[in-house]
This record gives sequence, C-alpha cells and structure tokens, in this order.
Amino acid sequence: MRTERTIPIPPRNPEIEPFFAAAAEGRFILRCCLDCAKFHWYPRSRCPFCMGPTEWREAARSGTIYSFSVMRRIKVPFALAYVELAEGPRIMTNIVDCDFDRLAIGLAVTLVFKPAEDGTPVPCFTPAPIAVTSPLATAS
Amino acid sequence: MTDGAFIVGAFEHPARRAPDKSVAELHVESALGALADAGLGIEDVDGYFWSGMMPGLGIVSLIDYMNLRVRHVDSTDVGGASPLVHVKHAVEAIAAGKCNVALITLAGRPRSEGQATGTAPRQGNSLQPDSPWEAPFGPVTANVYGMCAMRHMYEFGTTAEQLAWVKVAASHHAQYNEQAALRDVVSVEDVLASPVVSDPLHRLDCCVITDGGGALVVARPEIAAELDRPLIRPIGMGEAVMGQDGGNIDLTVSAGSRSAPIAFDAAGVDRKDIKYASIYDSFTITVVIELEDLGFCEKGMGGRFVADGNLISGIGKLPWNTDGGGLCNNHPANRGGMTKIIEAVRQLRGEAHPAVQVANCDLALAHGTGGLMGSRHSAATLILERQ
Repeated sequence: MRTERTIPIPPRNPEIEPFFAAAAEGRFILRCCLDCAKFHWYPRSRCPFCMGPTEWREAARSGTIYSFSVMRRIKVPFALAYVELAEGPRIMTNIVDCDFDRLAIGLAVTLVFKPAEDGTPVPCFTPAPIAVTSPLATAS
Repeated sequence: MTDGAFIVGAFEHPARRAPDKSVAELHVESALGALADAGLGIEDVDGYFWSGMMPGLGIVSLIDYMNLRVRHVDSTDVGGASPLVHVKHAVEAIAAGKCNVALITLAGRPRSEGQATGTAPRQGNSLQPDSPWEAPFGPVTANVYGMCAMRHMYEFGTTAEQLAWVKVAASHHAQYNEQAALRDVVSVEDVLASPVVSDPLHRLDCCVITDGGGALVVARPEIAAELDRPLIRPIGMGEAVMGQDGGNIDLTVSAGSRSAPIAFDAAGVDRKDIKYASIYDSFTITVVIELEDLGFCEKGMGGRFVADGNLISGIGKLPWNTDGGGLCNNHPANRGGMTKIIEAVRQLRGEAHPAVQVANCDLALAHGTGGLMGSRHSAATLILERQ
C-alpha cells in the first residue's frame, strides 16, 4: 500500500519557466511588482493589483496555515491547504511529512519541494521544526 | 428596461439515473417539457442558451441535434450558476430585440458515467493559467469546500452541528418529493455520524450525484401575455466572478456578495420581503456562506441562522430549497443552478408540493454558485416576482 501520494505533473509554459528552473536548484521565488512593490500569487508577468511589470525575487520559504482540509475518502489521504506566506500571498499547496490530525489553522510551516511524477519540484509545506508560534498567532 | 421578459416555461427532467439515454436526449426531453409547460412549440424558439459543456463546439452540435433555427446564441459557461446567468442574459437579449422566445437547457449524466464528482479531479485544462499552481495539489470539490468550512469555523465559531441543519432542512422537504434522489428525513446526529469525506465535511454534508436535466423558457411580454401561464418576472438580476485576488483570497466570502447587491438594488426590494429562497447547496457550507453574502444575516452568522430548522418551510423564517435541493433531490450535470430556478418558479406559481408550498408566495429569490468557492467561482442572483 502506498503511503505517499503521487503528485500530478504541473503543466508548464514560458511565462513561469524561471520558477521551475529555480526550484530545480532548490530555490523558491515569487513575483513582485516593480511599480507597487507588492508580491502576488500565482506568478504573473503583470501585477494583478496594478498591471505593472514584475520581477522574480527570492522568498523566505515560511508561512502559516490559512486553511486546510484532509481528504479522507481516498486510498492515500492528503492535506490540501492554503498557506499564507511571510511575503503575504496565500497559496494553494499540500502539507506533507506530518501527522494530519495535528494540523491547525495558524500553524507555522516551512517550504519543502516534493517531486511530481516526472520529478518536477512542486512547492509543498511541512510543519516548522520548532514551535515558534502558537495557533492563535495569526488569528484575525 | 421597461417590462423585461417573463419565465413562461419550466421543467425538471424526472430522471435521476439515465443509463439508457444520451446527454443530447436529456436536453431535448427537457426542452420539450419546458415548451409544453409554456404552451409553445420548438419552432417558436429563436434564442438558445446553454453552457456548451462538451469538448468542441458543444452549442453548435446541440442546436443541430435539436434542429433549432435560432437568431441568438449564448454559450456562457460559469459552472453551476450558468442557468441563472442565462436567464439574466435571456431577459437582456429579449429587451435588446435579439430574440423573442429564449430556450435554456441543462443536462448531464455524471451518475451513469461513474464520476466521483466530489473526490476525484475533473478533467482540467493545462492552458488555464492557474493549473500549474493547483493541479499538483489535488483540489477537488470536497476538499476545496472543506477548506472554506474550516476557515469559517475558525473565524466565526461555526459548528458541524449548524452545518448539519442545512441537510436536515433539505431532507424534511425531500420527503414530499417523489422524484427526489434521497427521501429519508435525517437528523443532525445522522449527518455527524456519516463518514468524513474531507475535513470537516461529512458524506451527508455533500450533494447527490444525479443524471438528468432541466429547461426554462423566457419570452417577450407580448408573447407571455398570450399564454395560459402565471407571469413570473425577473425584477432584479446580478452576476459576478470572484477569484483569489492575486493571493488575498478570503475563503469565507463568495461572489454572491457582489451579485446580490446588484440584484436587490435593481429589484428595489428588501431581504425581509423574500418569501422563498432557492440557494445552491453543493455542500452545507455553501448555503451558510451564500446566506451571509445574500444579506439574510451578518457575515459569520450563517451557522446560527440555519440552526434549529430555520430553513424548513412552515417552521423557519426562510423557506428554502423546498424540492429537497441538491443535497437530497437532484444535482444534474453536477450543476445546481437550473433546479434552483425551477423550484422558485413552482413556488411563485403555487405549484410546489402542498406540504412545502409557501402561502401567497409572490416574491422569490434564486441564487447559485459555479466553480469552486475555495479557488475561483461565479455567482448569480435572480429576484423573481409573480405578477
């Protein structure tokens, strides 16, 4: 029986190729607007807030769980989540390498790349090694 | 707009499982049902509205299959809310002189085709710009709505018991609907005892998977006046699309927060004037969030609003989905918009089951969501008045 979910291959296109090139080197990069200085997600060449030009920047690789849901009625349960990055954007991802029953909104997480079926690195998150925050830290 | 247009025909296909029919067959049977209800013939149709949910030029194929001769075509696809948007577009097209009799259809057979609608990925499109950032993570219907429910519970203290009340209300209504897929009355305890599909949603928090379809006919006032049917007029209509806002997604707010004010402003009526509401129930949490965004209660109070039978006709303050909704009655083609309009029309005509019919129902609302509320979705709101 499999205990690791097989990750589908992300479709790629020229606009986002630098992300996967960086990921292949273990780097996590985000797009930031040159006009309004805001980070956004998912990465686009034009800023979704002001349509200004954007550039790739190295990201902090950390965040907190904004929401999650563990799919139970399936052979290999997995945790779908939105993680709120330190830079601000909330991104869809999987929480991996953890006890799903201990997940909570507000939990601190760090980035870990996981290989898709063809080896493409995909940005997932795992609970941060040290409890540096409480689940209430990001309550809104 | 002066007189707008009228919904003169409505028909819900009786099938909930149709292994021996084609999708096109379900469309034409639904179309003929709605036209017969209106007292019109297929030769009267000069505008056709369908979301075209087939690979290729679906709407061209369906027009050819039914051999329609139309001068106006609209294949807007915004998911489950599409039929509500089609009513809006049909009224606008008629007002603009583009057609006189608009036919709107919906049909599908996910049950016979064995689709695991809520737990398996649907066919994606690698050209969609969001696909690389989501497809790897396995977002399906149940877990994406699950995330909405988790966040709503976290922010507002909404409970699994409160969500369960939505299903309880639907089941109370479905017991009177002989065509409903699920007719057993369930309790809050039954919902909580059903297995969790994706946290925190139980099996009974999820809608049914059914084959079938439905159709509507919208006609110009001069034509509607000649027909022997009650006059049902859309007096306020709104549509909206909401996505992730560049990374600022709020899982507790839906596009209904944008479509509803447009519809209510146009109609010039208040929430308390609405006698009956059809509100899309893909999941119990969907209804809670929509009720808030429609303005029937404050944001965050939806769980308290639905508790203790408040949505049950004859018991609660807001009679809702009196056919049993998507949770118990029908969810053809995995899209709930069509059946929402049909039951609202039944209520306004006084043709709902006597056990659930709202007395003197002259003002109703139909609202739907399309796509996935937790990623990107549409919403449409119709306020309907019996003349």
